[in-house]
Amino acid sequence: MKQYVILLLWLLGVLSVTPVVYANEYSGFISTEYIVFLNDPLYADQQRTTASFSAEPEYFHEFENGSQVKIIPFGRYDAVDSNRTHVDLREFNWMYSGESCKVLVGIGKIFWGVTEFVHLVDIINQTDSVENIDGESKLGQPMLQFSYLTNIGAFDFFILPGFRERTFPGNKGRLRSSIVVEMDKAEYESGAKEKHIDFAIRYNHSIGDVDSGIYYFRGTGREPILVPNFDDPQNVILIPFYEQITQTGLDLQWILGSWLLKAEAIYRNGKGDDFFSGIGGVEYTFFSIADTKLDLGIIGEYAYDERGEQATVPYQRDVMAGCRLTLNDMANSEILTGISHDIQNSSNYFTIEASRRIGNNFKITIESGLFLHPAVDDIMYDLREDDFIRLEVAYYF
Amino acid sequence: MNKIIITTIIALLWISIPNQPLASEGKGLEIAMESDRRDNGWLDHTAKIRMILKNKHGEEAIRKLHLSAKEVISNGQKTDGDKILIVFDNPRDVKGTVFLTYSHKREDDDQWLYLPALKRIKRISAQNKSGSFVGSEFTYEDIASEEIEKYRYDWLRDEVYDKQNCFVVERTPIDKENTGYQRTVIWYEKENYLIVKAEFYDRKNMHIKTLTFKDYNQYLDKFWRAHELNMVNHQNGKSTRLEWSDITFQVGLTEQDFDKNRLKEVR
Repeated sequence: MKQYVILLLWLLGVLSVTPVVYANEYSGFISTEYIVFLNDPLYADQQRTTASFSAEPEYFHEFENGSQVKIIPFGRYDAVDSNRTHVDLREFNWMYSGESCKVLVGIGKIFWGVTEFVHLVDIINQTDSVENIDGESKLGQPMLQFSYLTNIGAFDFFILPGFRERTFPGNKGRLRSSIVVEMDKAEYESGAKEKHIDFAIRYNHSIGDVDSGIYYFRGTGREPILVPNFDDPQNVILIPFYEQITQTGLDLQWILGSWLLKAEAIYRNGKGDDFFSGIGGVEYTFFSIADTKLDLGIIGEYAYDERGEQATVPYQRDVMAGCRLTLNDMANSEILTGISHDIQNSSNYFTIEASRRIGNNFKITIESGLFLHPAVDDIMYDLREDDFIRLEVAYYF
Repeated sequence: MNKIIITTIIALLWISIPNQPLASEGKGLEIAMESDRRDNGWLDHTAKIRMILKNKHGEEAIRKLHLSAKEVISNGQKTDGDKILIVFDNPRDVKGTVFLTYSHKREDDDQWLYLPALKRIKRISAQNKSGSFVGSEFTYEDIASEEIEKYRYDWLRDEVYDKQNCFVVERTPIDKENTGYQRTVIWYEKENYLIVKAEFYDRKNMHIKTLTFKDYNQYLDKFWRAHELNMVNHQNGKSTRLEWSDITFQVGLTEQDFDKNRLKEVR
């Protein structure tokens, strides 16, 4: 970590002599959040409610030669769960892009994928899973990225020094497994542990109505195997074990009129048996329904994981359906709902999220997640009493 | 006898000729083509836009965005529709959202949306034409670059509008499925072939919106740009005004500046 900071400061020093285009831009948000759980907790120390405060300021600077510096720290204070109280450098990088190539050095964020319910192929950044169970919050990843644009598509090369461990709720936190994950006791397959250098290469291209990408990743798997252990003879804990994997991923989106066809697939080789996992789906949008400005998007997806019930992810034989209602009003109001159904054990998860802007700078979000009849053998079984309503008010500047 | 046969043949031929003109022939098309020709060769430009949304109670909301656009030219010929990049600066919660369009002369446009919070590039359907662009009275169809190949143009009349001599031309989309409009009536002023007014008729042929162009300025001694566009919706009483500023031509934008892989770096 220290090396990158020094390198960045050096780059800043070298580049700060040139005049600037976008000089010292500040933006970001601060936010306050309140979560109510609808049922009494299952485990001791857990609470019925929690409140938290978070901030994500952003600093951006562009030099006349086109190179850019971006710094995005993030921090959250949670009144109940000390694991959720955390800070992270989401981004801290220097980037230069020439005519057809681009270099990025520092901590960055990369997203790959096309589907809505599961982000299967996304692998560069570790999930910051204490943030939200949607898995969309990510930890900053140290990287050296080199990109090259050609007429036949774009190539990205990544060298990823420094592994980020997944965050997990502490024993006071809700939305956790029955046995607490001891993040500090993480173990690795590689002798280099979190200093193992990972690498990835991706190629993506758009041909007509089809956008597709393929990548190869080799390094420490982002998804830990949780191994039960005793920290003292009375107390069972889960220890995250990070294996070495190679993974090939494919993402594809095809536009057929108003229909979007989407698919993601991975093939992973790790410590256990090799496996395949895939998700496919469709999205259809009705624009300006009934002569109003309302747009309604309907989404249907199916997720498959060859590991079946042994999978470390909640979606292995699941169908998902959702809709997105965009009001297209001045307040940018939006409602998203989704339900997932496990076709093997009939567990269901329902989520709804509504958001709108208030005035010019505030945004209010209400979200609810309901675990409906999770089966005993489902990962969501431990969350069966954790139905929640979350209220968030954010101020953007 | 021969006469009768010939007359019959002519009559049959006459019947078999469609009385609708084939895609845009005549004076209407000439006017649209001349207007298009005079605005060819600008290569690329950038601009800032203030979007002022007004509801029927007169309450206003302001959005700030900036735009880059580029002609697609090979061997000195315009080979396809323009590439357009729109970046949102304000409100702050959508800051950094980017909308990229590759307009095409005949087939559907290609469109991508970049969502900065997730760093996600989303390809979106170009069949959103009748959908509202970010809640404004402009639809995606209204903000797309006009490609003559996609319409039929019929000259209706000459008329004085706002003290200017104008051609009045009716524009009808060829693809009738994928549009919010049955037709649009356009006023071109005669001196420079600039559009000064457009009236939009929905699919039920109701006059729903009127767009007026004001404050034209000339750039590089050739290209005219209106600095104020005002779209009034007669059905819901709302309006959207676009105020253009800082228009700069020929800044040297490249194909790569409009590559979807570059959306993350766009400012």
